[in-house]
Amino acid sequence: MLSLQHIGKTYPNNVRALEGVSLDVELGEIVVIVGGSGCGKSTLLRAVSGLDQPSQGRVLLDGVAVTEPNEKIGMVFQEPRLLPWLTVAGNVGFGLEHRPRQEREERVAAQLARVGLSDKASVWPRELSGGQAQRVALARALVTRPAVLLLDEPFSALDAFTRADLQDHLLDLWADGKPTLVVVTHDVEEAIVLADRIVVMRPHPGRIEEEIAVDLPRPRDRQSAAYDFAKRRVLAALDRSLGRAASVDDGETKAASGQAMWW
Amino acid sequence: MSIVQMTIARPEAAEAVPAPAQRRPHWTRPILGLLLPVGLALLWELAVRAGLSNGRLVPPPSVIWETFVELAAAGELQRHALATATRVFTGFGLGVVCGTVLGAITGYSTFTLRLIDPTLQALRAIPSIAWVPLFILWLGIYESSKVTLIAVGVFFPVYLGVMGAIRSVDRKLVEVGRAFRLSPFAMVRRILLPAVLPSYVLALRSGLGLGWMFVVAAELLGASEGLGYLLIDGQQLGKPAQIVAAIVAFAILGKTTDWIVVLATAPLLKWEDRFSAREEAN
Repeated sequence: MLSLQHIGKTYPNNVRALEGVSLDVELGEIVVIVGGSGCGKSTLLRAVSGLDQPSQGRVLLDGVAVTEPNEKIGMVFQEPRLLPWLTVAGNVGFGLEHRPRQEREERVAAQLARVGLSDKASVWPRELSGGQAQRVALARALVTRPAVLLLDEPFSALDAFTRADLQDHLLDLWADGKPTLVVVTHDVEEAIVLADRIVVMRPHPGRIEEEIAVDLPRPRDRQSAAYDFAKRRVLAALDRSLGRAASVDDGETKAASGQAMWW
Repeated sequence: MSIVQMTIARPEAAEAVPAPAQRRPHWTRPILGLLLPVGLALLWELAVRAGLSNGRLVPPPSVIWETFVELAAAGELQRHALATATRVFTGFGLGVVCGTVLGAITGYSTFTLRLIDPTLQALRAIPSIAWVPLFILWLGIYESSKVTLIAVGVFFPVYLGVMGAIRSVDRKLVEVGRAFRLSPFAMVRRILLPAVLPSYVLALRSGLGLGWMFVVAAELLGASEGLGYLLIDGQQLGKPAQIVAAIVAFAILGKTTDWIVVLATAPLLKWEDRFSAREEAN
């Protein structure tokens, strides 16, 4: 189990990015963190990954404190961040360097097949489309079989069609080994498609506003009434987190613009 | 009326587009580069033959060629070229090793950068030729002082290139290395070195160029063999053709060694997403 205990983060310039964030994530659960800009969601994810240290509180994974990058925790960034001097297969196998060559090659091939890029194994990253590159990044993170996979706005740079495709693909990959997923996004629809639980954060300083359980059966129908209902709940929570009531019209036609404006 | 014209005009326009008849075939490119020097040489040759100049101080290509062949036939050219090349390679090797190691150390750690870099930058500001008297006092007038001078000349571009390149490696890629828990050594080997390789090759090439430059300086200041000696010898004995022959030998050697560096490193840089790659692919 992943446990965040009273995480606080104050930057050297005295900006308080996070304050008292506590969250328990069950094994195999998909938690999606949403919130307006400046609410510290990426800071939170970086603290969980061990890339940055929180100023207060601690992150526990199965009872052990995470203070630096951990082999049980995988990370997918907003950009693919593939190493341009390695082929696609080399990138996927990056975290398996210490394994025997044969095992490494087999696992890389299997993972590449799993993300549907077997035919791209020997090409350079520069030859991939944005969606393909992000799939390689997913494969690179998953091939080491992490217990927890952290994703920081992983699909935000992609077009809507590719994004929806990769969201389904991520759920498909998740079903293989059921790792714990913590996803940061500013896309409410993405949150509802993916999440078991949505954590809405509020800014200045970043803290948790509300947790919304999404117990719709998967795969989720993006057109269903239940989906729409969940979306409205999340949007309402986001509006509250930014200190404005969705129902009150303050001259900017909040209810309509809220969906588009809150980040 | 205009509609009719447009519909009639269209097929012509469509045909005109996929007809890049202006494009020159592949083999013309090196020839294009040779046009200017070869043309000038030919003009000079003709001018001397026509008696417009006696060509004594600026020998025509045919005389230079004769001198070149004479020197080569006597084995002189090879002996001097070998002496010079040996000095360049020894000095280049020393300079590259020192420049790479120190550049990697200062690039990787800010502490060593602050400790070492100011001193090196101050030393860099000294024109390297200014060291010559000191090197001769310290190391004698034979090979050591020459090789040291060349090594100093090679050291600085390599050091600067490596240090600057490592310091400007994309933080996001370094973070990938951290996320995969690379040790400092593995970080250098698997992230930093491959990332700086393109700039490193460039640094090696400018270092090599300076190596050839400083070997001339070293040999002009006193040598019994080497292409630089041929230069001085030609000056003192009034043989301009020998001087130009030695200069041509320098040009050939310099260009060849640079080309070897480029060829040897090309397989390591295939991954580059280069601006120039589009042009080369054509």
